[in-house]
Amino acid sequence: MQRPKRKNPVLRTRLPTLPPAARSRVALGLTAAAALGRFELQQCRDCGTVQYPPREACQKCLSVVLDWKAQPTEGELLAQTVLHHSNDLFFRERLPWRLGLVKLACGPTVVSHLHEEIKNPPMKVRIRAMLDRAGQAVIAALPDKENCDMADDRQLREFTCDPKHRKVLVTDGKTALGQALIKELVSAKTEIVWVGYAEPWKKFAGFDELEKIPQVTLMPLDVTDSKNVRELAAEIAGKVDIVVNNAEVHRSFGIGNRQGVETARAEMDVNYFGLLRLAQEFGPAMRSRGADGSSSAVAWVNLLSIYALANFPPHGTFSASKAAAHSLAQCLRAEMRPAGVRVVNVFPGPIDDEWNQLLPPPKVAPAALAEAIVGALREGIEDVYPGDVAQEWLARWRDNPKALERELSA
Amino acid sequence: MLAAPVTVPYVRYSIRAAHWWLARAFDSLLKKSNLSKDEIDGLTVSSFTLAPDTAIGLTQHLGLSPRWLDHVPLGGASAVVALRRAARAVQAGDADIVACIGGDTNHVDSFRLTLANFSQFARDAVYPYGAGGPNASFAFLTAHYMRVHGARREDFGKLCVAQRANALKFPSALFKKPLTMEQYLAARPIAEPLHLFDCVMPCAGAEGFLVLSEKRAQALRLPFARLKATIERHNAFPSDPVQMRAGWALDRDDLYGQAGVEPKAIDFVETYDDYPVISLMQLEDLGFCSKGDGPAFVRKHSFTCEGSFPLNTSGGQLSVGQAGAAGGFLGMVEAIRQLTGEAGERQVKGAKFGLVSGFGMINYDRGLGSGAAILAAPKA
Repeated sequence: MQRPKRKNPVLRTRLPTLPPAARSRVALGLTAAAALGRFELQQCRDCGTVQYPPREACQKCLSVVLDWKAQPTEGELLAQTVLHHSNDLFFRERLPWRLGLVKLACGPTVVSHLHEEIKNPPMKVRIRAMLDRAGQAVIAALPDKENCDMADDRQLREFTCDPKHRKVLVTDGKTALGQALIKELVSAKTEIVWVGYAEPWKKFAGFDELEKIPQVTLMPLDVTDSKNVRELAAEIAGKVDIVVNNAEVHRSFGIGNRQGVETARAEMDVNYFGLLRLAQEFGPAMRSRGADGSSSAVAWVNLLSIYALANFPPHGTFSASKAAAHSLAQCLRAEMRPAGVRVVNVFPGPIDDEWNQLLPPPKVAPAALAEAIVGALREGIEDVYPGDVAQEWLARWRDNPKALERELSA
Repeated sequence: MLAAPVTVPYVRYSIRAAHWWLARAFDSLLKKSNLSKDEIDGLTVSSFTLAPDTAIGLTQHLGLSPRWLDHVPLGGASAVVALRRAARAVQAGDADIVACIGGDTNHVDSFRLTLANFSQFARDAVYPYGAGGPNASFAFLTAHYMRVHGARREDFGKLCVAQRANALKFPSALFKKPLTMEQYLAARPIAEPLHLFDCVMPCAGAEGFLVLSEKRAQALRLPFARLKATIERHNAFPSDPVQMRAGWALDRDDLYGQAGVEPKAIDFVETYDDYPVISLMQLEDLGFCSKGDGPAFVRKHSFTCEGSFPLNTSGGQLSVGQAGAAGGFLGMVEAIRQLTGEAGERQVKGAKFGLVSGFGMINYDRGLGSGAAILAAPKA
């Protein structure tokens, strides 16, 4: 894909529309898996038959115990069509649109969006479930090979949040994660990376290296300062396509090991109110640009923590602030969805930094976390659990949240 | 017996509700048969846009007190199925005269809303993919048929062009201009390989007919057609990965057995033709040619009323318009006209046996309901 031309400010900005978003409750199982980047279909616990479209009862044995399970992604394209007409505004503005009918190796036949390299049935394809602009899962057929490029695919780019040719704000450039993110974004061909840094009177480690990167522009930003956030938004909110809010305060201890509320308040002020301030100032402008050409506003990334799911008492107040931020991020997600702007929540396990000094490995290296975040944008994933600890906690939490609570308090 | 074929002339858009169209159809049946409301004691209703009402609500709306009532929401299979239900009711004495009506309105935006909420499977697994509606679903079936059986666009075009010639002799048809193969081939693409003239046009309209005993029809001096055989089947061949056949292929021997005739005895055929590929599938499954020989069969016949193998003699939905559930009734009503000698300049000479086929409800990736009926002229 060529870098998009500068926009003529006199022409209208295309307003956001969404693909059809209505789904039955049972069909949201596909969305729940796709949000994590997984492809799952219902499978009958009694007879093993794989079901699609989603059902309330097994089409073979009528069992009502249908589990969402990971399925092989191989399939064969049986037929394709190119739509030149659509009854829906979102697609009408994006015609022609290619679709395929794919027979899955696991049984069902599915209707799917097609990657541009998929042509002329019969053809082996690999399918995946992705979130579309409405945030609902759809199935896409891709070439049967590794590392398929979706950034330049006209149709699939509509469903991902690829930073290529886009303008990104990283709210904190001072941390190891912030600097890893910037490097990762630059190598993903991000056009501009605005990098926030608090306390601009102090030079931080790595400042000089960042200044040398041509795509990077350093901007003073203190997310606890409403006026500062508003001023920055006035300057760049109308141009930002992706916000990566990685600003956080992390102190250890829970309730009994510390006097007073000042530390907890500092955590809340950055981790919770910081998100609220940014969302209030940057959200409206981004919502208005949800369909602004091929490099529209697409995503809002929140650095949360796996401790947002269940409180980790040795880091009790930090956990609480991240749980609050998680809840607010769900609100932000609901408010951004009508504009097609995806809110990506990142739930890392302990990051390998100074504030997790006492925790044993495995810990997530900042570079690995940055790679996971940019990967999620590229793949169109909404909930990211990077690292072994996060994956393990997620599995334990999904299995039995009460058990996890007891285990964490041991 | 089937009698009193009526069509409420179609319009592209209507500001009336479905109730208006169904009322017109019922009233036309009364006028055509000289019956009063009270003499019709059975009713079947087929409509997509009647919601939130169903057949029972329509009885109060129209002031009817039938002793037998059925709602047949089976899309393009509705007319065949309604006929089957009604014939059994008359045979069993549950009703003396059953009015079978089907019709829909079409507001400027109602087709989109019908599509978006057509079925749970469509809403979950088809509509979010480009919202192409049935055009996209039939594009897959057409593309697959072309690839596997070697059909060309000209083969589908031949049916469309022939049906348009038939429609020019049917006053209620919405399409009034001749169609040439050049125009067919040059039409704009809708959902490749489907182009404009492969797709039915949604519209408003209604159709109806009466089902009653031969004795009663004679007493009323109503010209009638005889019901010789019917079949219906739903969700046939569910494990076929893509639809290439439907229930007819399972039940056709039963159909011809009931009627005591062979396919070659049929004088004209009314297929369900929302897209031409479906007509070819029906001709194959109903035994007029073998599976995959549809394209060769098309190249052999003319399909016009006066030519060889008269097909969709009133123009079919492709040239008359698709008035929702009335689409399934169009061929049935036309077949009654043909067999009662009411088809005017479309009359197939010496028509004794007609076959009517129905196909309905693209619930997900295929049409689920299929049915067929063989009708005969009274003296056949």
